Amino acid sequence: MIEEVGTTTEGDLIINVGPQHPSTHGVLHLVITLNGETVKKVEPHLGYIHRSIEKMCESLSYRQFIYVTSRMDYLSSHINNQGCALVVEKGLQIEVPERGKVIRVLMAELTRIASHLLWWGAMGMDIGAFTPFFHAFREREAINDIMEETCGARLTMNYVVPGGVMADIHPNFQKKVNEFIKLLKSKIDEYYILLTGNIILQERLKGVGVISAEDAINFGCSGPVVRACGVKSDIRKIAPYDGYEKVKFDEVFETAGDSFARYMVRMNEIRQSLSIVEQLIDNIPEGEFQAKTKAVLKLPKGEFYSRVETARGEFGVYIISEGGLTPYRIKFRSPGFSNLAALHHMVKGSKIADMVATMGTLDLVIPDIDR
Amino acid sequence: MTKEELKTKLTELVPTATFDEAGEWLNVLIDAKDWLPMAKALRNYFDLQFDYLFNVTAVDWKTYLSVVYHLRSTKLEHVVVVKAKIADRNNPEIETVSNIWRTAELHEREAFDLMGVKFLHHPDLRRLFLTDDWVGYPLRKDYEDPLNMIKL
Amino acid sequence: MFSLESLAHNIDLGLNNIFPPTVALLSEMVIIGVGVIALFAVLGLVLVFMERKVSAYMQIRKGPNRVGYQGFAQTAADTLKLVLKEGLTPDGADKFLFNLAPFIVMIVAMLLMAPIAFTKGFQIWDINIGVLYISAISSLSVIGILMAGWASNNKYSLIGAMRSGAQIVSYELSAGLAILAMVVLTGSLQISEIVASQQNGWWIFKGHIPAVISFIIFIIAVTAETNRAPFDMAEAESELTAGFHTEYSGMRFAFFFLAEYVNIFIVCAIGATLYFGGWMPFHVGTWEAFNHVMDFIPGVVWFFGKTFGLIFLIMWFRWTFPRLRIDQLLNLEWTYLLPISMFNLLLMTIIAINGWYF
Repeated sequence: MIEEVGTTTEGDLIINVGPQHPSTHGVLHLVITLNGETVKKVEPHLGYIHRSIEKMCESLSYRQFIYVTSRMDYLSSHINNQGCALVVEKGLQIEVPERGKVIRVLMAELTRIASHLLWWGAMGMDIGAFTPFFHAFREREAINDIMEETCGARLTMNYVVPGGVMADIHPNFQKKVNEFIKLLKSKIDEYYILLTGNIILQERLKGVGVISAEDAINFGCSGPVVRACGVKSDIRKIAPYDGYEKVKFDEVFETAGDSFARYMVRMNEIRQSLSIVEQLIDNIPEGEFQAKTKAVLKLPKGEFYSRVETARGEFGVYIISEGGLTPYRIKFRSPGFSNLAALHHMVKGSKIADMVATMGTLDLVIPDIDR
Repeated sequence: MTKEELKTKLTELVPTATFDEAGEWLNVLIDAKDWLPMAKALRNYFDLQFDYLFNVTAVDWKTYLSVVYHLRSTKLEHVVVVKAKIADRNNPEIETVSNIWRTAELHEREAFDLMGVKFLHHPDLRRLFLTDDWVGYPLRKDYEDPLNMIKL
Repeated sequence: MFSLESLAHNIDLGLNNIFPPTVALLSEMVIIGVGVIALFAVLGLVLVFMERKVSAYMQIRKGPNRVGYQGFAQTAADTLKLVLKEGLTPDGADKFLFNLAPFIVMIVAMLLMAPIAFTKGFQIWDINIGVLYISAISSLSVIGILMAGWASNNKYSLIGAMRSGAQIVSYELSAGLAILAMVVLTGSLQISEIVASQQNGWWIFKGHIPAVISFIIFIIAVTAETNRAPFDMAEAESELTAGFHTEYSGMRFAFFFLAEYVNIFIVCAIGATLYFGGWMPFHVGTWEAFNHVMDFIPGVVWFFGKTFGLIFLIMWFRWTFPRLRIDQLLNLEWTYLLPISMFNLLLMTIIAINGWYF
C-alpha cells in the first residue's frame, strides 16, 4: 500500500509517516504534505490492523463477543467490555447486583487511570521527554498488579460478564487499592514538577492543535478532546450507567481547545477517577457480584444501543438482533476513529513537531480506530 | 424535546416517515431519497439542533440495505435515530451528509468500504480499511471468504 | 611525583636523541594519532555507558547490568555488534557523499582534540589561537551532517539536516560570543595561558556575574551545537525517526554516534577550561592547608572531573526536558541568547578594562 511518494507539482514534500513510526503509537499511516516544515495536509490511511471485529462478532454468541472488544481499545479494555455487557443486559433486562456494579465502576476507573498514565508517558515521549514514561509506568504497574490479582490478566482483563463480573474481588483488593490511592496522590504532584510545569512543554502545547467547540462537535470528537473545548460530553454524566449517578465527581472542562487544554483535562481526570475510586473502595456493598443468567443468552428481536465513556471518549455498541444466538449486525462506535478525523483540521498550517504533539494529545489507539 | 414532540415535528418534516418507539430513543424510518433535506433540517432547525452525529451504521437486510444515523444534540440533549432505507441492494446510493456533519466523511467511507453503500457527492469516497483492489463488501450477508470466516 | 608532563617531555627527549628531528616529529605524530584514536574509543565506551547509567538513574531503572561488572562491557558488546553489522547504502543515495559524511564528522571531532590541555604541559598542540581554532573547526561538523542528510535520499534525513544546519549556524554565534567574553577577561586565545590565568581562582568565581551569564549561554549553545536534547531537532526521533542518520547502519552509524559523544566531551572540556580552570585545582584564598591538599590531586584528575561534571549536566538536560520546536529554538537564539550575550560581552569588556575582577 505504498503510494504517493515524492513531491507535488507545487514542490511540496509528501512524506509517509508510518505505518512504522515512533510517534504514531502503532500502525497508523499518515500521508502528510509538507511545505518546508509546515504541514499542509494530513491524510490518514487506515486498515493495517483491521480485523473486521464487527464481522467476527456476527458469528460469536452474546457471551463471547464481549471479549473481542478487549482487543479494540486495549488500554480501556474493561470499559469496552462493560459497554458490551450493558447492551446485552439492556436487551435481556438483567438487573446487575449493586456489588457487581460497584466492582465494575472501580475497575473502569482504575483502567481509566492506567490509560491516562500510559498516555501521559507516551505523550511525553512524543514531545521528546523520555523520563515521564518510566515514572508513569511505575504507577501503572501497580494498577496492573491489582488487575492481575482480581481479574487474572493485566491488560485485556475480560472480567465483565452479562449480569455482573466474572469473579469476586480478591481479598487483598481493597487494601491494595487503598495503598495505590495513597501512592498516586503523592506522585501526581511529582508529574506536575516533571512535565506539566515545564516551560518547554507549555510552549510546545499551548495554542497548538486548536479546535473550536463547534468544529469538535462537527467532527464527532468525544472524550477529553471535546471537553477541552468546554463541551459537556461525559456519558457518565449525560446517561449514567452502572451507578455512576451515585458517585460524586466533576466533569473536567477546559476552554482553550488546544493541546494543552487536552493535556490538562486528562491530568485532572486522573484526579477525578481517583476520587471515584476513593469513594467506592471502602463501600463495596455485600451481596452477589453476578446476577443469575441463563447459560445461553438470546437477545429478543430488536435493536439495542449502549454508550460508555472510555478513557478516549464515547464508545458505543449497536446491536441488531433477529432473536438468534448471535447478533445480526453489530457496530462499534469507537472514539479514536472520530477523533482522528479532526487531525487534519487541527494541524493544518502548523509545524511537523506540532502535528506530533497534537497526535500525542489526541491519544490515538490504532486497534480502536481500525477495529 | 420529548419523543412525542420530536415525532410531531418530524412528521411535519417528512410526511412519509414512520416511527418505531420500542427502544430508548425515537427511531425514524425514512426512504433514502428523503434523507438529505431531512438531515439539513435536523442540523439547522432551532428546536432540533442535532449537531453531533455519533454513529453511522450500514445494515444489510438481505433484500435491501439501510443506513442508520445516530444523532444527538449537545445543546438540547435529545437523541434521534434515523434509518434510511435503500431499496436497490445492487447499486445502493444515498446522499452524503459529510458537508453537514464532517465526522460523516470517515464513517461513510467505512460504510462504503465494508458494505458497499455509495454516498453521492462524497468528497473522497475510497476504500478506507481494505486495499483498493479488494473485491466485494465483507460485511454483507452474502459475502463469502472460505479461508478467513468462522461460522458458528 | 608522577606527572604526565615529564612523561611527554621524556618521550620527546628520547626520540630526539635517537632519531633526527624530522623522524622524531613524525613518530611523535604517529604516537599522538594512536593516542587520540585510543582516547576516542575509550571516551565512546565510557560516555555511552555513562549516558545509559545517568538516564537509568533518572528513569528509576537499573540500566545495563548484565554484560561485565555492572554492565560495563555492554557498550563494548554493542560496538562489536555495530562493527559486525552490514552497512547498507540505500538505493538512489549519493554513494560518495553518503560514505564520506561520517568520516567528516569524525575528523572534525578528532581535530578538535588538538588544543585541549589535559594537564600542565600535556597538550597535543598549544596553538596561540587555540580558542579561535576550536570555534572555527567545530563549525565544520555541520557540513558532515548536511552531507549525510542530503546524500541519504530520504526526506526525513533532509529535513533533519536542514534543521541541524539552521541550528548550528545560529547557536555558533552565542557560543562564540560567550567564549569571546572569557577571552576578553583572559586577554589570550591560547589554552595554556587561559588555564594559567586561573591560578588563583576559576573565572566562574572571579569573573562576577558576566562570567556566570557567559557560562549559562555557553552551556545552552553547546548543547544545541552538539544536537543534544532538548535541542535535538536534527534527530527528533518522534518526528523524523532518526533525522540525518536515518539511513545509516553499522559502523557508519557508530561513527555519528561516537562523534556526538566525543563532541560533548570536547565542548565540556572547553567549558571546564574557560570557566573552571581546566586542570587547575580548587583553591580557597588563604586556606593554605586546604589548598595544599587540593594541589596533591593531579591536574588530569581535576580536568576530567570538571569535564565529566559538565557532561553530567548536559545529560541531565537531555533526560528531563522535552524537545523544543524548530521555530522556538531559533527564536530563543536570535531574540534572547544573542542580544544577551552581546550585552554580556560589553559588560565583560568594561569589567576587564577597569580590572573589576578578583
